[in-house]
Amino acid sequence: MSSFLRNLSPSQQVGLLFIIVFGLLIAASITALVMSLRDHGDNDIRTQDIKELTSLVNTSWVVCTVFWLSWASGETVATLLFAIVAFFALREFITLSPTRHGDHRSLVLAFFVVLPVQFWLVINERFDMVTVFIPVYVFLAIPVVSALANDPQRFLERNAKLQWGIMVCVYGISHVPALLLLDFPGYVGKNAFLVFFLVFVVQTGMLVQHLAARKWPRPPTAPQVSQTFHWSSWLMGLAVGGFVGGLMSGLTPFKPAQAVAMALIACVAGSLGHLVMKALKRDRGITNWGSQGKSVTGASGLLDRVDALCFAAPVFFHSVRWYFGL
Amino acid sequence: MNLPAKLMSLFLLGLIRALTGAQARWQGCPPKAEQRIYFANHQSHADLVLMWAALPQELRSITRPIAAKDYWTKTPFKQWITTAVFNAIYVDRTKTNDQDPLEPLIDALESGDSIILFPEGTRGNQEEPQAFKSGLYNLAQRFPQVVLVPAWINNVQRVMPKGEVVPVPILCSVTFGAPLALEAGEDRGSFLTRARQAVIALRDS
Repeated sequence: MSSFLRNLSPSQQVGLLFIIVFGLLIAASITALVMSLRDHGDNDIRTQDIKELTSLVNTSWVVCTVFWLSWASGETVATLLFAIVAFFALREFITLSPTRHGDHRSLVLAFFVVLPVQFWLVINERFDMVTVFIPVYVFLAIPVVSALANDPQRFLERNAKLQWGIMVCVYGISHVPALLLLDFPGYVGKNAFLVFFLVFVVQTGMLVQHLAARKWPRPPTAPQVSQTFHWSSWLMGLAVGGFVGGLMSGLTPFKPAQAVAMALIACVAGSLGHLVMKALKRDRGITNWGSQGKSVTGASGLLDRVDALCFAAPVFFHSVRWYFGL
Repeated sequence: MNLPAKLMSLFLLGLIRALTGAQARWQGCPPKAEQRIYFANHQSHADLVLMWAALPQELRSITRPIAAKDYWTKTPFKQWITTAVFNAIYVDRTKTNDQDPLEPLIDALESGDSIILFPEGTRGNQEEPQAFKSGLYNLAQRFPQVVLVPAWINNVQRVMPKGEVVPVPILCSVTFGAPLALEAGEDRGSFLTRARQAVIALRDS
């Protein structure tokens, strides 16, 4: 079996991986469908659980399809795809942060200059610039444009929000395609596995944390922010995430122990980032991003689906780069 | 619609959806091909464009927005886009004695079209819409069979504030409420207040 796998070319290996993942997704969708058909609506908690499961499966479909498309169409297209994701995520973020007329030019700068430049830097593999462009240069440029608009009211607050939105949505998401362009010696053509590794361990950790919190409810650590977050379920999520990461080390350029460590780093960043975004949502008085946080269709916003990744990707990327000296 | 107009309308729809989402929330009534007057709050010239984009394709072709003549005929391009793409009805905002400003609207309603109306008359910049002008009342009285649908347009003024040229992407939505009818013997003032309240109520729903 393993010799069969080893004899496949890198792109065949990645292709096989996608076949397995989509197979699992089909199985999960069928399970959710059967559960919803057998549900008679006499138990509200059960109905709610099925709804949550269905939405989780649907999210996974979206995420996996995006990754498959990006892998199938090459690194440049993949980067452009993530640029679009960043655009829509930032749109949601800005919609729910009140801005004033004086912020208009800064917003134009953020959407139509900062975002394209950041992703252009990623495509051109200017990683040193990718790292500092937003935290250093944009950090100055945005408030300058705002100051020129001659509106001092809540100046710091408005600029902090905008800088934050750019950091989370543009900087964070741009580090996912950046993983595709890292040059590991002897790992050519297999960088898609690195993205898969990151997404899979983070999502697994979050899922386990969610299920553990449901199964063994405990008084939440920060009830004003999250009704479900507790250190014990968080640790369970980490443990499983790290373990899965170790199992997947064969796919990555890491040795097993390195893979566990990298998976733990990604899980910590992702789950805590998710908690931070929850606090932001509570502050705005909404349950999810998307249009006004009150979605008629029951679908939540794009940012709800990628927020863990926004925090995990830069931390993971820079840990890998630093540790392996790339 | 000729080809350039069709292409323009496709391009505009794509652009508006990418920038604002142009989400329609049919809260009080379903989208239905009956003769209607949609009336909404007015904060930006883009209101007209957003309402147009939020309606489903089948309704868009039978619904005509009202456009202020002085603004939308200023350049040949604006004039072309309002006539060929939006199929708008021009209303003259400068008062002239010899002509009833509602006449083009009455013509459109008599020929069976639905219309989009901004009863405030001009753009407001306050949180709440200004008092409604009596046009809505007069039309409701004259066309009792036409369904009056209140709508709340959210966020458009943030996309392109007064004096700016480049729009920024911010999610916008149009909420459609439950239809309203002019009651027997209801006077102008109380009907207009009721209509305005119906629009405001949609803001927080």
